[in-house]
Amino acid sequence: MMRVVTGNYAAAYAAMRARAEVVAAYPITPQTFIVEHIAEFINNGEMDAEYMAVESEHSAMSAIISAEATGVRTFTATSSQGLALMHEMLFIPPALRLPIVMAVVNRTVAAPIGIWCEYNDAMPQRDTGWMMVFVENNQEVFDMIIQAYKIAENSDVLLPMMVCLDAFILSHTVEPVSLEEQEAVDEFLPKYKPHVYLLPEDPMAVGTFTPPEYIQEVRYQEDVAMRNARRVIARVDEEFGEKFGRKYHGLVEKYMVDDADVVLITLGTVTSTAREIVHKLRDKGKKVGLVKLRFMRPFPEQELREIAENVKAIGVYDRSVSFGSGGPAYIEVRNALYGFDIPVINFLAGIGGRDVMAPDINLMFEKLYMAADGAEKKNIIWIGTRGVEP
Amino acid sequence: MMTIKDLPLEDYFTSGHTACPGCGPAILAKVIMKVFGKNTVIYTPANCLLVFGGTYPYLAWKVPYHHVAFENTAVCIAGIRRALKRMGRDDVHVIGIAGDGGTADIGIQALSGAAERNEDVIYIMYDNEAYMNTGIQRSSSTPYGAWTTTTPVGKVRAGKTEFKKDVPRIMIAHNVPYVATACISFPNDLLAKLEKAKRIRGFRYLQILAPCPTGWRFPPEKTIEVGRLAVETGMWTLYEYENGVMRINHKPKMIPVEEYLKLQGRFRHLSEEDVKRIQDYVKRKWESDLALCRAYGGCE
Repeated sequence: MMRVVTGNYAAAYAAMRARAEVVAAYPITPQTFIVEHIAEFINNGEMDAEYMAVESEHSAMSAIISAEATGVRTFTATSSQGLALMHEMLFIPPALRLPIVMAVVNRTVAAPIGIWCEYNDAMPQRDTGWMMVFVENNQEVFDMIIQAYKIAENSDVLLPMMVCLDAFILSHTVEPVSLEEQEAVDEFLPKYKPHVYLLPEDPMAVGTFTPPEYIQEVRYQEDVAMRNARRVIARVDEEFGEKFGRKYHGLVEKYMVDDADVVLITLGTVTSTAREIVHKLRDKGKKVGLVKLRFMRPFPEQELREIAENVKAIGVYDRSVSFGSGGPAYIEVRNALYGFDIPVINFLAGIGGRDVMAPDINLMFEKLYMAADGAEKKNIIWIGTRGVEP
Repeated sequence: MMTIKDLPLEDYFTSGHTACPGCGPAILAKVIMKVFGKNTVIYTPANCLLVFGGTYPYLAWKVPYHHVAFENTAVCIAGIRRALKRMGRDDVHVIGIAGDGGTADIGIQALSGAAERNEDVIYIMYDNEAYMNTGIQRSSSTPYGAWTTTTPVGKVRAGKTEFKKDVPRIMIAHNVPYVATACISFPNDLLAKLEKAKRIRGFRYLQILAPCPTGWRFPPEKTIEVGRLAVETGMWTLYEYENGVMRINHKPKMIPVEEYLKLQGRFRHLSEEDVKRIQDYVKRKWESDLALCRAYGGCE
C-alpha cells in the first residue's frame, strides 16, 4: 500500500507490522509522532501490543530489556537527550543478547539546546554493542526496521539495532512509502522465538553477578556477533530485495564509484543531495563517486578498503564532531584505510540541523580534487561556518 | 492464614549463599520464597542480595532470576509483567527486591512511575538503612544520628543530620492497592502481609525492616532482637494500607529508644541531646502514623 507519510509514521507502522508486543516509550521532540502513532494503532485495535507510557527514556529502555528477556519482541524510539539518558541501559541488551530494535531520530544534544539534526546523540553510543544503521529516506525507515528485527534475531547475531533517521528532514517530512501488508511482512519476518526467557517451568538467570573469570568471554562473543552481523546484514538485504523489490546493498551503497577519481562518503539524508551533485558533475565530465555509509556498526572496513584501491582521494562527511579529532565517521574511515597512501579528508557540515546545500557538496568535491593534486593540505574542513574559511 | 509453623520445607532461595552471619535481608529472601514458591520471577537491582544470592556460575535462586541495573527495579519488573501478559502467563508472580538506597534514592523515579501506572507487580524494599553493599554509605532511609562511612563521626560533625525518609507514605500517596510495612522480627505479621500481597493484583509495595549486623555494628546473633526493639521503641511502625484503608498491626510498647540505640555501634557516639531528639522524633512519628491511620479510616 503506497502512502505519503512522514518518517515517524513509517517507523511506527513498521513496528506494528513487525508485531512488536511490548512498546515502552517516553516522548521527546522529534521522536514524538512515532510513539503517538503507536498509541493510536493500539487504541484503534490495529496493533495488538502492550504500551508502557513510562516516566523516562531510561525506564523505556529498562522496560523493553526486561520484556525482551521475558520472551517477546519489543520496540522503542527516542532522540537526543533521551538517547543520552538511555546510555547506561544500552550496554545491557548486547551482553544479554537481546535483539531489541529502536528508532533513533537524530537530534542535537544540548548545550546549546536545539531540536534539529545532528549525530552527536547516536555517535557516542558506538561502543555499547548496538548495530547502527543510518537511513536516507522514509521508505528506508520502514524497510530497515523490518530488516533490523530479522538481522538482530539471527542466531549468529543476537545483538540490538538502532535505526537512525534525520530529525525533521525525515521525521516530519512526507514522502511516498510502500507500507507493506501484514501477510507479506509475516512471511519475511516469522514469529519471534526467544532463546532467553523468564519462565518458572525452565528457570534461567538473566544478568547474574559475574567475576573476571567469565566477563572477558562475554565481550569476545559480542565482538564475534558484531563481525557475524556483516554477512547476515547482506543476506537479509538480499532476501528483502527478493520479497519486496527494494535493496540497500548491505553495509554501504556505492554510486558511480567504479571509475571514480575521487569519492565522497556520506551518511543519512545528505546522501540524496550528494547523489544529485555527483550526477551533475558527471555530466560535466568529472569522474566523481559517492559512497553511502549505511552502517556505523558493524563498520564496513573491507568494503571501504576495496573502494580505496582505485581512487585518488576520499572525503568523509560528518554531522557531529569528536572535538580535536574530526568527525566520528572520518575517524572510523581513516582507521579502516590504514596503510593506504591517499588523502582522506573530513567535511564537517549541517551541525545542529543547518541545511547542507548543493554548493556545500560542490565545494566538498572541489576540495577533494585539490587534495588529490596535493593542493589542499587541511585534513578537517568546516563547511559553512560563520567566520571560518573552509 | 499462614504462620511460621506452616512454612513449607522447600526453599527457592537456598542455603549456600554468601551473606554475612546474621544478615536480615537473607532471612527475608528465604521467607519471601517460602510464601511465593516456584511460580515466581525474581528481579534484584545492584545490591547485597545480587552479590550474596550468587556469583556466576552459582546461584541460590531456584526460580527465573533477572538483573539489569540499579535504579530501575520497578520498571524492569513491570516490563516482565507486560511480557508475561502477552504470553498468557498471568499466573506468575513478579517480584522485585531492592534495598533502601535502590528504592528511596536512585530508584524512586521508576518506583513512582510504576506505582502511578498501577503495574501488576510486587515491589519489596528491604530496609537496612544504608548502602551496605558498597560499604555502609548513608541513604535517605538512614536514621538520624547514625554513623555511616559518608556520615563519619568527626570533630565538628558526627552521624547523619537528617531524619529517615518516609517512603511508605509516599507510596500511600500514589493510591496503590497495597502498601505494607513489616519487620523480619515479627514473622507472623510479615507472612500475613506477604500472603496478602500474593493475592492482590496491581501495584504492591512492602517495606521490610531488615537489620544489618555489619552496617549497624551489632553482634550477628542479635539481628532479631534489634528488629524487635526497632518496633517496640516506635522507631518502626507496622501497618498496612489496603484499598484506601490503613490499619496499624502492632501497638508498640514504647520502650525508651535508648534500649534500641545502645545495642548498635552506629549510634555509639550519640549525645544525650541526640537521644532526646530521637525520642521526640519517635513520639511525633507515632502520633502522625496514628493520625494518618485515623484519616484512612482504620484506627479509632
